[in-house]
Amino acid sequence: MMTPLPPYAGKLERAWHWFYRGFCALVFFFLIAPILVIIPLSFNAEPYFTFTREMLTFDPDGYSLRWYQDFFTSESWLRSVRNSFVIAISATMVATVLGTVAALGLARSYLPFRAALMGLLISPMIVPLIISAAGMYFFYSSIGLAQTFVGVILAHAALGTPFVVITVTATLIGFDYSLVRAAQSLGATPTYAFFKVIMPLITPGVISGALFAFITSFDEVVVVLFLAGVEQRTIPREMWSGIREHISPTILAVATILVAISIALLVTVELLRRRSARLRGLSS
Amino acid sequence: MTPAPDTAMVTADGLPLKLKLRQAERRKKLTAFLLVTPLLLFIIVTFVVPIFDMMRRSIDNPEIGEVLPRTTEALQAWDGRDLPPESVYAAFAADMVEGRENRTTGRVATRLNYEISGMRSAVNSTARRAARLEAPFKESLIETHARWGDPYTWQVIQRESGRFTASYYLSALDLRYDESGRITLQPEEQRIYLPLALRTFWLSGLVTVITLILGFPVAYMLATLPLRYSNLLMILVLLPFWTSLLVRTTSWIVILQSQGVFNDIVAFFFGEGARMQLMHNQIGTVIAMSHILLPFMILPLYSVMKTIPPGYMRAARSLGANPFTAFRRVYLPQTIPGIGAGALLVFILSIGYYITPALVGGRTGQLVGNLVAFHIQNSLNWGLAAALGTLLLGSVVILYFVYNRLIGIDNMKLG
Repeated sequence: MMTPLPPYAGKLERAWHWFYRGFCALVFFFLIAPILVIIPLSFNAEPYFTFTREMLTFDPDGYSLRWYQDFFTSESWLRSVRNSFVIAISATMVATVLGTVAALGLARSYLPFRAALMGLLISPMIVPLIISAAGMYFFYSSIGLAQTFVGVILAHAALGTPFVVITVTATLIGFDYSLVRAAQSLGATPTYAFFKVIMPLITPGVISGALFAFITSFDEVVVVLFLAGVEQRTIPREMWSGIREHISPTILAVATILVAISIALLVTVELLRRRSARLRGLSS
Repeated sequence: MTPAPDTAMVTADGLPLKLKLRQAERRKKLTAFLLVTPLLLFIIVTFVVPIFDMMRRSIDNPEIGEVLPRTTEALQAWDGRDLPPESVYAAFAADMVEGRENRTTGRVATRLNYEISGMRSAVNSTARRAARLEAPFKESLIETHARWGDPYTWQVIQRESGRFTASYYLSALDLRYDESGRITLQPEEQRIYLPLALRTFWLSGLVTVITLILGFPVAYMLATLPLRYSNLLMILVLLPFWTSLLVRTTSWIVILQSQGVFNDIVAFFFGEGARMQLMHNQIGTVIAMSHILLPFMILPLYSVMKTIPPGYMRAARSLGANPFTAFRRVYLPQTIPGIGAGALLVFILSIGYYITPALVGGRTGQLVGNLVAFHIQNSLNWGLAAALGTLLLGSVVILYFVYNRLIGIDNMKLG
């Protein structure tokens, strides 16, 4: 139906074809417009969340960088940026190391209780965030980890590991372990064989898993709402109170910056996915 | 020179090959398991234990047994009819005196208040005067607060003095004990959680249906277009997927609020009177959640549709089927696994949603997750929060097993 209409198509089929295309266009618009609409609004010169007359007539006076200035000079916003990066990077490192090592074991079909282990290790991704957050809040406060960086980092690392496990296991599917044996029979130590044979192959998976773990932590707000004190507030946490308490277009400037970051991450992951498929000999 | 039947093949160090092989197999298994161990321990400590701790809290009931030990013991002999004997009142007075000294009566006050409203003040005012109470304690306690003259109060204390309780689950399911101790439904106007659960399932179902209606044609288009175009259009699906949840929710607030972009357009065409209330209600929750979860519908649908050979449709057409019949009879049945995967995924994600309903849902757009948060942060009724959370978790786990049966966790794809 998507190929150009055949010349013998009837009237009804033609009408349906254009209706279908129009419907899809509307859905794509629905998907993307809400994200794009905040970008021009973040340059609003007035403290409004909607387009002013000046903006619509492209009057330069209608636009300004004041909300970006607000963001870059605000102590609490800058602290939240620092916190977000500290927490996300630490959580990503923990999740990536543990997740990659575990994936090497999980990718072996002869691992005992493989399905059960996989289910358990993936569970942080399946359990609704509000429940994970509630459980962690109860437990972490009873052992004194609530309102500490360590607590938030551990929680975020736990939430991020399933993504690393899944992406790295996926790159190992179809891996021929006789390659490792070949390397060892040629004199390579197991460590050397790992870094020379397995590592290059799983690197794209490791990096995209790490990026997933990073974005999970970077975007996460429910656990932060429960576990973080004032000192640990992250960007999403600051946006949350921005929306609930003192709504100001600074949020739109922050949102625009975050959209730019997600575009960068999306492009990276997409490139890695293609590279991984090429390395494994699958057509991209 | 034929080898004797009992001499098996041996390796260089003289061990039978079979044994050696088994050792090697076992070592391989052990190595694989050791690789998984660090993460396993990490997840157990940081994630699994907290979840079980929450489940424990939903039945944990230490307050009355710990703070009122004498009363608990004295009540064991009571048959539950009329008022308890003087010995129970005396024990209660002694417990109150001690509880007042240790500042623990507040816990009992809060705990009993969950069962009978108004008990907080009854216990607190009694605790304040506990030291001045004199025998006969029955009369002086009833004089201090009329509640102590009601057999129901004592029935509740007797029932809730155990180490564990079902009462948080009963509350979470809008059930209660009636005067004779049987479990019954709350009167209709006092039900909170059953309507909330119904609303959560209804709104999640609605979001699932909306995302399916919007996502199916798009997935089909992505799967059938030449790769050049579909890769470009795929970005439009993946960008929202990668964009922060808070950013997307903020966008919807910007668009939907009464002075927002959408209403400004409506007002421009139809006048100021045409502005609609789209936020702080269920409409806002459904629109924003449908947008946020749409990629989770499109991606599984797309990966299933990608595997359906386009030739099938052409074959059906060439055999005389009109386009709609060919689609309905040949294409659609093959997409069922994708529909199942996408729908279950969206439904599972929706019933646990918290952030978006909290920000755009107002009072009528709240889901179960919001009440869990409310009881943790505002009402401080952690037992009830834990019971609600456990019930929510139970529903997700059941759905997840269905998902695993139908699709398999290994087939979960990302990005």
